[in-house]
Amino acid sequence: MKVTLWGTRGSLASPGPETARYGGNTSCVEVVGADGTVLVLDAGTGIRRLGVALPDSLRRVDILLTHLHMDHIQGLAFFRPLRTPDVEVHIWGPASTTLSLRARLTRYLSPPLFPVFLREMPSTFLHEIPSDDFEIGEFRISCALVCHPDPTVGYRIATSKAVITYLPDHEPALGARKFPLSRDWTSGYTLAAGVDLLIHDAQYSSQEYTERIGFGHSSLPHAFEFAALAGVKQLVPFHHDPAHNDDDVDRLITETIMSARPSFAVTPGSEGATFELN
Amino acid sequence: MSQKEIEVILARQLVSYLALPVFIVDPQGTLLFYNEPAESVLGRRFEETGEMRIDEWSTIFKPTDEDGRPIKPDALPLVIALSERRPAHGRFWIRGLDGVLRHIEVTAVPIIGQAERYLGGIAIFWEVTA
Repeated sequence: MKVTLWGTRGSLASPGPETARYGGNTSCVEVVGADGTVLVLDAGTGIRRLGVALPDSLRRVDILLTHLHMDHIQGLAFFRPLRTPDVEVHIWGPASTTLSLRARLTRYLSPPLFPVFLREMPSTFLHEIPSDDFEIGEFRISCALVCHPDPTVGYRIATSKAVITYLPDHEPALGARKFPLSRDWTSGYTLAAGVDLLIHDAQYSSQEYTERIGFGHSSLPHAFEFAALAGVKQLVPFHHDPAHNDDDVDRLITETIMSARPSFAVTPGSEGATFELN
Repeated sequence: MSQKEIEVILARQLVSYLALPVFIVDPQGTLLFYNEPAESVLGRRFEETGEMRIDEWSTIFKPTDEDGRPIKPDALPLVIALSERRPAHGRFWIRGLDGVLRHIEVTAVPIIGQAERYLGGIAIFWEVTA
């Protein structure tokens, strides 16, 4: 499979010269299978450019939303295939205990927040994520609720050759007096165990985390400790804080690598980066 | 190693900060965790008991009613909450694992998570002082 990062920023789009290397668009990752199946992980502002780059021959695309916070859905209405009648767009995401996925998405995709209704977008199909694994093309997909405010899931996406896990908004250290905890008491562990590539929330420095406990995000050291606990082969720190410029991200990741001395590869998430997993 | 559901993980994190004794079980009734305040009432640290099956914890504390008669496991509030999926409440006596007889009051609720998933139960209890 080929994985491309189209948006790596957390919380708020942050374009500008100071974020040009890691990127200013919010969460969006493209996963393409050997059979041509296209998955889109989250619909942050990065999805707009992805929509333009997709081949005209594509007839189906599946968007897997982790949750419905604005930085993960804000680009949805600007995704070109949603306005292309001969392309089926399947949107998967979590319901809440009281509202369907459609009702929750419609809160954004309707006036006064947006001038176009979701129902006006052709060939769009909504799916509340099932509790069991499901398949899209060659991909076998597992999802599970993870520690983040409001119903939020992570995804584990597998082919016969490679496995990736996507946990862009995740605070597994929440409430832990000493992190990491044991595997069975750690949010997200089953999703991430042993994967080839883990794309994981790494929004804060340790100092920033102490001031934002409960916001639903990880510090860089927590992301590294989670990756080590899960035994991943490669970690992609992701969901960079909008207040961090490129130099900040460089410094924080370098410091964390020096301190943690990880046994896995670390590739900071940057817009446009691609990963070939075979 | 299987991972606990996120609602159960968060419940444990929450109760580990509470001064109120709390006992958490999985859908089969197996004890998953009780917090430090509960240790004082139950008479043993959780690290020493570890996970415990329902047939064990429902009898090991020798629950008795106000007249000293043994209470059957299926009449305990937490067992009712699990079997009937509804809140249950009760006041009775237990003998802690430290040998001390304690008068307690218990409120138990089933844990129903996202998508109506049944994930176990929680018992909140406290010693009756009057």
